[in-house]
Amino acid sequence: MGLKNNLHKLKLKYKGTKMAPAFNAIHTFLYLPDETTHNGTHIKAADDLKRTMNTVIMAMVPCLLFGMFNAGYQHNLQVGEIQAVTVGFFSPEFWALDNFMIGFWKIIPLVIVSYGVGLGIEFLFAVIKGHEVEEGYLVTGMLVPLIVPVDIPLWMLAVAVVFGVVIGKEVFGGTGMNILNPALTIRAFLFFAYPTWMSGDKVWVEGAVERTNEIAAGANLDAISGETILGTLAQGKAVTHSVADMFLGFIPGSVGETSTLLIVLGGLFLVFAKIGSWRIMLSSCVGAIVMGLIFNGVVSSGWITETSKFYGLMSTEFWHHLLIGGFAFGTVFMATDPVTASQTNKGKWIYGFLIGFLSIMIRVFNPAYPEGVMLAILLMNVFAPTIDHYVVQGNVKKRMKRLKAKVA
Amino acid sequence: MGLLSKKDAKLITDPLADNNPITIQVLGICSALAITAELKASIVMAVSVMAVLAIGNVVISLMRNIIPSKIRIIVQLVVVAALVIIVDQVLKAFAYELSKTLSVFVGLIITNCIIMGRFEAFALANKPWRSFLDGIGNAAGYGLILIIVGFFRELLGSGTLLGFKVLGDPIEKTGLYAIGYENNGFMLLSPMALIVVGIIIWIQRSRNTALVEDH
Repeated sequence: MGLKNNLHKLKLKYKGTKMAPAFNAIHTFLYLPDETTHNGTHIKAADDLKRTMNTVIMAMVPCLLFGMFNAGYQHNLQVGEIQAVTVGFFSPEFWALDNFMIGFWKIIPLVIVSYGVGLGIEFLFAVIKGHEVEEGYLVTGMLVPLIVPVDIPLWMLAVAVVFGVVIGKEVFGGTGMNILNPALTIRAFLFFAYPTWMSGDKVWVEGAVERTNEIAAGANLDAISGETILGTLAQGKAVTHSVADMFLGFIPGSVGETSTLLIVLGGLFLVFAKIGSWRIMLSSCVGAIVMGLIFNGVVSSGWITETSKFYGLMSTEFWHHLLIGGFAFGTVFMATDPVTASQTNKGKWIYGFLIGFLSIMIRVFNPAYPEGVMLAILLMNVFAPTIDHYVVQGNVKKRMKRLKAKVA
Repeated sequence: MGLLSKKDAKLITDPLADNNPITIQVLGICSALAITAELKASIVMAVSVMAVLAIGNVVISLMRNIIPSKIRIIVQLVVVAALVIIVDQVLKAFAYELSKTLSVFVGLIITNCIIMGRFEAFALANKPWRSFLDGIGNAAGYGLILIIVGFFRELLGSGTLLGFKVLGDPIEKTGLYAIGYENNGFMLLSPMALIVVGIIIWIQRSRNTALVEDH
């Protein structure tokens, strides 16, 4: 309690000065505020913004831990230290702590940079604009390390976080006012600014870039590489990973998005905690399946030949699309962002469906942007208010009609 | 500004800041986004627009009393089209590579809203000397923003300024590149130009809150 009391005293001492929001921020970040509202209607609920965000973070922790393990696993697999999971699952090497620690030391800095820079900017804006600090970055800060390649240079991540938080969120008025999902804005910035670090066959495996440089400098080592499944398909090559690998997540990819199993568990947790919208998650999967089936249909009716550059991705079985790439992660953790998604229930169905539908379409038709789900969600973020507007107008019209019928 | 009276000097200084064609009137955005990936192209564009706008303003001002108002837009178009073709030919003759970079955008100076805007709003109602100054001032305000945007886009996007490798060589890995710096490819795409213009507008309005529009 000592810290809380000290913080409280500091807060009183600095009340009304320029730095007051900063002290308030530390105080409310660590503890419940000690004031309550004095008048007006009270609705008593345990879920404030902070707790809502913490629930989402909890849902992501399994993905984070598995991401750490997978980073080490992919590295050791490529170097030849361990055997693939299907063969070597019971071997002691597979369970060695080393697998986890490689990823741990690589990913913890990502988390620290993401939170450090992001919260730093939130503090700065709170002090400059003289309002209380907003907790909006808590979830974004955890999402960001999960959607970047493990080998991304830290300074690039820092630049992208500055861009994403300032341009994606603060210029619109801060938490709750943003049009685009900040985490995806950060990823999109990285993708367009530093494409060599966000695609290709090197960045997804820990140490692959470094090793390429060492080889170029004359070191006697074997090159290591790992292409994502989407990247492989886009080049029209055969995928070597089994469906079980895709579902469990033993595949190269961004840190936290490989394991569909853990994402589904996180998604169920969010649905039962009534924080994530099941309508968006479900309709997004439906949209992806519909688009996948259309493409499968095009292939099976022989409208495109095997020489077509779209053949590899089009002929991918429709349900594989749900397992590979960032689709599951985006659908569960980013499409459902309550600020940027549609607010009406009917709107959520449309919004989710189009995200799924467009994700797969972008994946197939533009192999240069293998991760369609990022662009699809950002696009639908922009359209979400329009969807809501027409849903609300439709409802108004319906009720006007009913009223007219009653009067007549 | 000893040469100019106070009123005339304002014609030049106003569009540079508080009545800037791009950041305040929000005109001429298209070309500001399209050709600012290189500083050199921005400068040439700024000079071209300045030539067209200053001369065009004088021509329109001289004719202002004899143009029937029903067909004034057509007359203005003829004047600006003639001037743009001259500028285009001059560029092709003396700076062929640059005119390639600028491609259609020199021709599209015709559609630059600033030019028709100044003809309509100023040259039709003022004498030639004042119209000339107004043209120089507005084109300078436009060019200033173009050059600022071009500076940041070329520096951060390609690591060069006017073609000089100021940050080191990205292939040889010298200068900043030796410690892992990389060019920001997003800067070379037009959306980033819009964001840079937006940031300039943000800074300008936060320094002079009188410029903030009412909702």
